[in-house]
Amino acid sequence: MAKYIAQRLMMMLLILFGVLTITFVLSRLLPGSPVEMMLGHHPTQEQIEEARAELGLDLPLPLQFTRYISDLVQGDLGKSLRTGRPVLEEVTKRIGATFELTFIAMFWVVVLGVPIGVVSAVRQNSAVDNVARAGSIAGVAFPVFMLAMALQFIFYGQLNWLPLQGRLDAEILLDHPFERITGFYLIDTLLAGNIEALWSALRHLTLPVLTLVIVTLATVTRITRNMMIEVLSEEYIRTSFAYGVPKVRIYFQYALKATLIPLLTVVGLTFGYLLGGAVVVEFVFDWPGLGGFVVFSIAQNDFPAVMGATLVLAGTYLTINLIVDLLYYVVDPRLRVQ
Amino acid sequence: MSTSMITKTNTSTSNSNLSISVQSPAAIWRIKTWAFICENKLFTIGVLLLLLIVFAAIFAPWIAPYDPAKIAFSSKLMPPNVEHWMGTDRFGRDIFSRVLYGARTSLVIGFAVTLLAMLIGIPFGLISGYFGGRVDSWLMRISDVFLAFPPLLLPIAITAALGSGLTNAMIALAVSWFPWYARIMRGAVVRIRSEPFIDAARAMGVSKSKIMLRHVLPNSTTPVIVQGSMDFGYTILAAASLSFIGLGAKPPMMEWGLMAASSRSQFLDNPWTVLFPGLAIFLLVLAANLAGDGLRDVLDPKQGGH
Repeated sequence: MAKYIAQRLMMMLLILFGVLTITFVLSRLLPGSPVEMMLGHHPTQEQIEEARAELGLDLPLPLQFTRYISDLVQGDLGKSLRTGRPVLEEVTKRIGATFELTFIAMFWVVVLGVPIGVVSAVRQNSAVDNVARAGSIAGVAFPVFMLAMALQFIFYGQLNWLPLQGRLDAEILLDHPFERITGFYLIDTLLAGNIEALWSALRHLTLPVLTLVIVTLATVTRITRNMMIEVLSEEYIRTSFAYGVPKVRIYFQYALKATLIPLLTVVGLTFGYLLGGAVVVEFVFDWPGLGGFVVFSIAQNDFPAVMGATLVLAGTYLTINLIVDLLYYVVDPRLRVQ
Repeated sequence: MSTSMITKTNTSTSNSNLSISVQSPAAIWRIKTWAFICENKLFTIGVLLLLLIVFAAIFAPWIAPYDPAKIAFSSKLMPPNVEHWMGTDRFGRDIFSRVLYGARTSLVIGFAVTLLAMLIGIPFGLISGYFGGRVDSWLMRISDVFLAFPPLLLPIAITAALGSGLTNAMIALAVSWFPWYARIMRGAVVRIRSEPFIDAARAMGVSKSKIMLRHVLPNSTTPVIVQGSMDFGYTILAAASLSFIGLGAKPPMMEWGLMAASSRSQFLDNPWTVLFPGLAIFLLVLAANLAGDGLRDVLDPKQGGH
């Protein structure tokens, strides 16, 4: 057990090191030097040299890199060029919004996708199966931004059932303020017993979550279906049928168990898609999370902010995959024997 | 990715066996083709749709009823009508004409990104698979690093660093995409490497580079090409997303993602300004995916499913 965890952790650290190398290289590729951005137009030579020294840009590259890493280890992601505040502060302020969005989407994708996939596999060519397959062909071809805007058009523009964008109604902050403890508004408002704010948060979450669920559901459904079909053709499943084991037990206990490992992989990958998709979704719904922050910071030429947020999102994805790796150990008895 | 469950191949000949004795060769060919089309309906639809879009893109200057860049404020934001099939945007430009020209941009993006990603991935995978050992594990760890970013995030970060613009966005997409090809290529090379004819070449004293280029490379690229044809649609989708958030194509370029983005402020009252560019992306990506899946089933049936 300890050996397995240590191995996985080492692997993650190695990849994290690679990720840092990439973000370091990218931050040194930036168009227009950060010095210019700091000083504005027509700085004197002295000012330039001073600023370069302050940013550590006069050091040799390997030294710059070690400094970059040691800063990161101490939680220093640099300063936002736009606000002058530490990037870490900007990022932690927004990460709750992104997590709330992606976790809830993930929940629905699994809760809907896995059963649909199982039914699709068990009843091949049934109505459910056909709809699921057509949906998975069409679903992956649909641009996320288009879907998001179509939902806005229908549920806000035409029906006026749900809000257009944002995370809360403006009045809520004035009339029913609540303390932000976890950064998950659904939990925070519940803890405060603030029903008005909870309702507002729920309504604002609906469309962005729906967008993310629709674009990722197809993948999870299809992969579950294919894995189930494969498992159902195994001999031990056929034997169980021959013995007269109840069908529900075969499908959901025997077969689904065997698909748990690939399914975990899928969940890990899906999380990546959700984090990537969140960039566009947050942009369209003006959602105050990290993805929207990346897009906004790019438009403002605020590169430390872009790189900081990228790093945090990549780190989140890596952590999720580490958790998935560790869950393999729980789910797969073969790993425990070795 | 997989419609292999729907489109089954290898049975296309069975229908024609019955009629061989009475039909001329041309007729047999016709029957076989027809049988193939019937067996692979989705593939056929995809290919036809793709051909239609390519045709529209090539002949856009002749098909387009208006100059796609012509600004006419007198006819701005008109809903679809007889003169403007898809309506006009806020500058009074004909959306149908712009969608037609936009097909050119998207097709070029799809080809260029997939090709560039393959050009990086194939040598990467070839070296990794052929030499094995430490070279292999290092190269594969490097490709792992690229895959450690959530999709779309790495292209965004690279484009941000290179400076926004379509060319940089395409480079960024290819650089973020190549590890998939590197891995598939590596897998194919590892399989080929242990074949007897490679051993024979080695025993005859053929140089390593020659074995790699002349014997291994041509025999291991099929899976990569299959994957590439399946990814064609995804690269178009990703590039459109980059343009949408302001990192890819820039005005006055005609690109579907950009068209949708620039109409965002008034789309609630004028939905057609976003609907048609969006539908165009959907149709092209759908066509590319259907054609790609079908191609996979034909070229590499073993790879199906997954």
